[in-house]
Amino acid sequence: MTKIESETGNVVPGSLNQVAVTTRYTFLDYLRSRRFAILMILMLVISAILTFVFAYRRPASALVDPLAFYSTWWGMSATFVVILSGIFFGGDAISSEFQNRTGYFVLPNPVRRSSVYVGKYVAALIAASIVLIIFTLITVSNGLYYFGFNIPGVFWESAFFDWVYLLAVLGFAFFVSSLFKSGSYSILVNAIFLLFAFSLIEGLVAGLVNIEPWFVLTYGAGIVGNVLMSTYPAHYIPAPTTGPGARFAIPSYNATIPEGLVILVAYFIFTAILGLYLFERKEFNA
Amino acid sequence: MAEVVPGPSIEAVNLSKSFGSFAAVSNLNLKLEGPKCVGFLGPNGAGKTTTLKLFTDLIRPTAGHALINGADVHKAKKTALAHVGSVIETPEIYSSLTPREGLMLICAHRGVPKSERKRKIEEVVEEVKMSEWIDKRTGRFSKGMKQRINVASSLLGDPSVLLLDEPTTGLDPRGMSEVREIVKGLKTRNRLIFMSSHLLAEVSEVCDEVAMIDHGKLLVYDTLSNVTSMFSKGSSTVEVGLNRPLAAGILERSIASIPGVESAQKMDDRNLRIVFKGGLDAQELLLTELTKMGIGVLSFRPAASALEDVYLNLIKETL
Repeated sequence: MTKIESETGNVVPGSLNQVAVTTRYTFLDYLRSRRFAILMILMLVISAILTFVFAYRRPASALVDPLAFYSTWWGMSATFVVILSGIFFGGDAISSEFQNRTGYFVLPNPVRRSSVYVGKYVAALIAASIVLIIFTLITVSNGLYYFGFNIPGVFWESAFFDWVYLLAVLGFAFFVSSLFKSGSYSILVNAIFLLFAFSLIEGLVAGLVNIEPWFVLTYGAGIVGNVLMSTYPAHYIPAPTTGPGARFAIPSYNATIPEGLVILVAYFIFTAILGLYLFERKEFNA
Repeated sequence: MAEVVPGPSIEAVNLSKSFGSFAAVSNLNLKLEGPKCVGFLGPNGAGKTTTLKLFTDLIRPTAGHALINGADVHKAKKTALAHVGSVIETPEIYSSLTPREGLMLICAHRGVPKSERKRKIEEVVEEVKMSEWIDKRTGRFSKGMKQRINVASSLLGDPSVLLLDEPTTGLDPRGMSEVREIVKGLKTRNRLIFMSSHLLAEVSEVCDEVAMIDHGKLLVYDTLSNVTSMFSKGSSTVEVGLNRPLAAGILERSIASIPGVESAQKMDDRNLRIVFKGGLDAQELLLTELTKMGIGVLSFRPAASALEDVYLNLIKETL
């Protein structure tokens, strides 16, 4: 590979090195940011509420065995923590380079935009992973209190799926962020999609037109909670045609584990490619 | 194999940039070579910032090429910008980073050796008089303080080419003067500086050559002396600063009789305005004669008002 050297002998580092440099300083920026503190507080509040509810209300169905405990605790909240992390760290990751004018500081240097994009993504992934790891530790600590070291193997599977979901959510958030030059718009659109729109589309497509919503991110993320169920739910559950409420019943779909993983990984890959392409093309004009 | 690119140069080859139907830069051909400072002048919306953004790959050309030291900025960005320091518009450092950290980021991207980074950063921060703020977070800095750090960042890695887009924007008068002094100092260090500005006096004071642009088209590119004499029918105007008040009669008897001098007048006790005929040779002769007179010549430069006359003439002509 040809080295790029200036008259003063400085050798411009390779792109991978520049990814690492971007990651380092973006992560430092995240760690010191108010949003990191707010996300930590939100996650701790969620954990505290769950701890309180389990300790004082002792829900029988959730404390019948370890699987039920982890299914209730983790299955209900793990994807929400991922979504919050995606919105907080990815929501305006790229658009802020335009709105806050930080792009004018970094990009007129011998560094590829792709290095900046990937570096920022990795920094966001590390920051969000820290939040997720702390949430996992709090979950496991509660589990240890109720059931000792009897942690079901599928919990670790679920934790892994949740992390893959984090990859996809951040990929999606970065992609949306690269569509805009305004941080507020990109955060808003990300929040709408990740908190409401995906679930709404999933429900409408499956329930009203009876099509499997394989193209919806949250459909793939269903494997995070489903894997913790005592019996993995059927791929297709038709609407009952008789009995009370049959008139209003709708069919539902559940992604199988391979299908869910493919959806999450596909979202990560496609949104990463699209986001990178958009960032490469986007111009810094006022 | 290490690829060392020779000599500083900036070249626009048929460079065009349109935003929809609006041509911000239109078929610009301009070649700047060697160490010097070139002022880039034009009214608002003339295409100055757009041109500088094209040279830093912040935007893509619609047609043509922007070359730095022979490398196409858009096609070989890392090679082209390896030798370039720039301040385009008013950049912002990530708000929770300190100047030291922000400049470390730039050093790392530019390949400044690790062992030299601390020293280089402290040097450039000292140069822009921000040493006491080097470890404070930039989030609460004023626009002027941020701009000083931006100027400092452009100096990292000793770039041979500097692209400065109105670098004194947002600075107080002292800051403006300090940045001008920095730019003047850089000229003596074999740098090619391409600086856009609205301030004609600033360009007159700092630059050796001037390029004027309007409606995206290059109107003129020449030495400051040649440009300032464009509309004076072969005459040029210089302003001379003196160390002491001029003795009575010298102006009329001695200065007015120097060959080529058409008129000489006092602006105040210590500043003269001399109109003379001829180009650079006549200018050299005039300076030599003034120095011989022992009147205490401190400064000698083309008059800002002469540049203003040219500017107004050229810009008017394109309307």
